[in-house]
Amino acid sequence: MYLARVIGPVVTPVQHPFFEGRTLLLVRRVEPDGRSTGPDRVAVDRVGAGIGDAVLVLEEGNSARQVVDDMKAPLRSVIVGFVDEVEVDGKIVLAADGRAEDRR
Amino acid sequence: MRLGRVVGRVVATVRARDLDGEKLLVVQPLDAARRPAGPAVVACDVAQSGLGDVVVWVGGREAALALRRTFVPVDATIVGHVEQAAEAPPLPPRDARGGK
Repeated sequence: MYLARVIGPVVTPVQHPFFEGRTLLLVRRVEPDGRSTGPDRVAVDRVGAGIGDAVLVLEEGNSARQVVDDMKAPLRSVIVGFVDEVEVDGKIVLAADGRAEDRR
Repeated sequence: MRLGRVVGRVVATVRARDLDGEKLLVVQPLDAARRPAGPAVVACDVAQSGLGDVVVWVGGREAALALRRTFVPVDATIVGHVEQAAEAPPLPPRDARGGK
């Protein structure tokens, strides 16, 4: 899994039937210190994430299929968590509201 | 899954038997700013894609799962035709991102 920020929705009127009724979001990978490093991915949302949210992205097919409980699902990237904050060495380096602060 | 743009089609008369009947398209991977991101791939298609379309494609084992026959030698498949997607500013050049 890795940390990412939600960029926004992806609308796909023509798609594989598996994706019908599911939310696709464009996400950009970030380092724990908040730096945007990419790459960008299209992920199925399982937590109700919105634009700008810090999220946990799973990018492995077998695990992704377990998350959606469909062993034939053609997906690889899933948003599996909503990140409230990330603390490294006693410092909040990434927070849900975008604020990184020193909390030593 | 990733964004991409269909930039071409592939005609391959001689191919693995399991690939018979599958449409093969050339897809240029894109980032959220619609800039090319990485080398082009040849992908199957289940979303009626055409030249110039922006698409969502999936790579790896999952690419075959998207097809009618799921045990086929395919490692990229277009699974959605993008009508609209949020845009993000381009990423800085790789060497300016620092770290990995």
